Amino acid sequence: MATYVFKLPDIGEGVVEAEIAAWHVAPGDTVAEDQHLVDVMTEKATVEITSPVAGVVQSITGKAGDRIPVGSDFIVFETDVAAAVEKKPAMAEAKPAPTLVEPAPAPAPALAARPAPNAKPVATHRGQPLASPAVRLRALEKDIDLSNVPGSGPAGRITHADLDAFIAGGGRLAVSGGRRKRTTVTEVPIIGLRRKIAERMQLAKRNIPHITYVEEVDITALEELRQHLNAQYADRPKLTLLPFLMLALVKALRRVPQANAHYDEAGGKLLQYDAVHIGIATQTDAGLKVPVVKHVEALDIWQAAAELARLADAARDNRAKAEDLSGSTITISSLGKLGGIVSTPIVNLPEVAIIGVNNAVDRPVVRNGQIVIRRMMNLSSSFDHRIIDGADAANLVQEIKGLLEQPAAIFIE
Amino acid sequence: MTNIRTCKVLVVGGGPGGYVAAIRAGQLGLDTVIVEADRVGGTCLIRGCIPSKAIIHAAGKYEAMQAHVGAGHLGIRLDKPPILEMKKLVAWKNEVVARLNAGVEALLKKAKVERVTGWATFRDGKTCDVRTADGMLTITAEHVILATGSRAVELPFLPFGGNVISSTEALDLAETPAHLAVIGAGYIGLELGIAYRKLGAKVTFVEAQDRILPLYDKEITRPIEQWLKKHGVEVHLEAKARGLEEKKGKTNLVFADKNGAEHRLIVDKVLVTVGRRPNTEGWGLENMAVDMNGPFVKVDKMCRTSMKNVWAIGDLVGEPMLAHKASAQGEMVAEIIAGHRRAFDPVAIAAVCFTEPEVVGVGLTPDEAKKKGVEVVVGKFPFAASGRTLSMEAGADGGFVRVTADKESQVILGIHAVGAHVAELSGEFALALEMGARLADIAGTIHVHPTLTEAFAEASLAAFGRAIHI
Repeated sequence: MATYVFKLPDIGEGVVEAEIAAWHVAPGDTVAEDQHLVDVMTEKATVEITSPVAGVVQSITGKAGDRIPVGSDFIVFETDVAAAVEKKPAMAEAKPAPTLVEPAPAPAPALAARPAPNAKPVATHRGQPLASPAVRLRALEKDIDLSNVPGSGPAGRITHADLDAFIAGGGRLAVSGGRRKRTTVTEVPIIGLRRKIAERMQLAKRNIPHITYVEEVDITALEELRQHLNAQYADRPKLTLLPFLMLALVKALRRVPQANAHYDEAGGKLLQYDAVHIGIATQTDAGLKVPVVKHVEALDIWQAAAELARLADAARDNRAKAEDLSGSTITISSLGKLGGIVSTPIVNLPEVAIIGVNNAVDRPVVRNGQIVIRRMMNLSSSFDHRIIDGADAANLVQEIKGLLEQPAAIFIE
Repeated sequence: MTNIRTCKVLVVGGGPGGYVAAIRAGQLGLDTVIVEADRVGGTCLIRGCIPSKAIIHAAGKYEAMQAHVGAGHLGIRLDKPPILEMKKLVAWKNEVVARLNAGVEALLKKAKVERVTGWATFRDGKTCDVRTADGMLTITAEHVILATGSRAVELPFLPFGGNVISSTEALDLAETPAHLAVIGAGYIGLELGIAYRKLGAKVTFVEAQDRILPLYDKEITRPIEQWLKKHGVEVHLEAKARGLEEKKGKTNLVFADKNGAEHRLIVDKVLVTVGRRPNTEGWGLENMAVDMNGPFVKVDKMCRTSMKNVWAIGDLVGEPMLAHKASAQGEMVAEIIAGHRRAFDPVAIAAVCFTEPEVVGVGLTPDEAKKKGVEVVVGKFPFAASGRTLSMEAGADGGFVRVTADKESQVILGIHAVGAHVAELSGEFALALEMGARLADIAGTIHVHPTLTEAFAEASLAAFGRAIHI
């Protein structure tokens, strides 16, 4: 017998606690060294924690959504695998998938530690709606499924009045016509990344007086250049609009440098950065993430495109490291084809500016008294109005517009 | 010559499932024929529930009278012990049965149901031949309701006949056996064994499982165990009957105890009550092309078999094998045939045992609820604290009412009771479950004093920890 107590390691600079995102092992599981045990979230990222030893999991602490302090006892292993296996000899025999088939020696803690968010027992007989025989009979005669009828009585008991109300509300027609009122409420725990997003959005929206400025940009020339470059350099990373916007932003920020900054409200100061680290708001299956392209001021268009592609993939595949997801000084938000006409982005705290990219479409516009078709795209950009005046905001966006409309200017010093 | 009869509804079997189906179908104006080889009433009326209750009642009376012999009891004194005349008892029981039997016949007639006496054999799903006193009758029906019931299970090494009897013969004995061995301590065996003990027989139980009345939990069966012990009834648990041996003109029951050691008991009668099985043979079920569910006919919530317009009810379709379940299904099927929408969806079906003391159970026991993952709260009230119980000399039998509810919603999930006359509480218990009562509904219903029903309200209060009388 030898137990190994694995404490929650320090997983990032300044992190004092981590939130459990998902367990991948349960007590009784045999794990190999470096096997993926659990995902934890910090302020910055989701981190995969792997096993420091080989052994059998004896106990685990916390369930998905719980916050665990760094340094606390996290997982207890029995590292003397022979001893552990000996305790449950059936497991070693002829059972190829022990974790599934085998009742672990202590099933109770295993069950307790597994998240079961919706496992609340139904407070009705046999899981059926609570209703008297007369109500049940009337429902049957009228072809109404009582599980669709909200009950107003004690413990949700369905009364004749509830049934009348349901019928009066078109319930009967709805049911027999294949359309029915749906009354189920699904409880989705707001944990992990979603909780993080919720907290940050709330904080930003509450603390920052936003000003949003929308301008349209004629990107006809930019489109031509982009397609030309993609055709010309088929072996290089494919260019989207974003790398051009990133480079234009770097250049425009020279004119409005206070937009590339962190506002330290408590310290009463603005940290204005020379480096331009651009966060790219990215939709992933798990939710919104913001991978950061560092030192865009030092990248050429190809490098920017390659780095952008790498980070977006990593974020979507959940492989992004903490440093990939932190340190931005300004953010670009783009929903691609879902960009719409106008948006009101929320500033990514503690930054002071966010550039929102709307959909690019061919639109009729007036040029030299003629209606012509041009490739048009709106930019919807929000600013922290405590730091950025309306004129500064307009200046930054107008500068970007000028650069994107004459794309050669992006590359000329 | 064969007569031919066509009808809307044909009911096969005249027990509490079949005759109720037929009466209801007749009431609804359906042209209905019921076929039964015996008198109507089925196992329940002729050789089950009713006759056994008559015997149990008489046995109780006989036993109670014994207490008054000599010094007397309750100020009532008998100079001589009462004399049991078993033949007259059986005759009285037969009168009760005959009276009810005639009642059912009259009800069928009133409902304009045609009664055919004879044995039906099905050719196919809708046609059967009935051998009647007047010759063969072929009946073709639009709807067929199968209600053929069940029979006692026979043990191969103790075949019925001679001194080996089933519950049927136990209700027609000419004299009380000096020593009655009962194989199987389920509710039928216990009811009859206890009755015969009261009638003066020495009674011994041989049960294969490790407890009596295995469908109930130990808390419920304890008062019965105490009664058996107090009355010198031996109960051999985890014991297996092996057979009979005739030795020096005496009948020996051979059984093996849980260690495999063989024992012999000199007995007069051996009552085998090891269960019942559905009657699925001898009437052409195999020609009807209906699907089976193990030994039972497979039906859905509307009692439809796999064959269109062939319905099956009662013991034939599965547990619980109870008359009141069969009747409810029979009534429902008749209404469905008449065009109503019905489904068999009871919350629970109450069951009672006329043992000493009586047992009633409806819904889940605390253990069953826990197994379903429900956190429960349990309230109990002992009859020893009930004025009504004490006033009828039943305060010392260890009886109680126990109510089991969902801890969170307080919806009642099960009610169990053991004690004198508790079978009569089954209606209120079942109603509580069907109406979806919570503990507070029962506690808030004023129960009559002094009655046994007060114990139900008190048990519900006890679940909150605030019973008044304990």
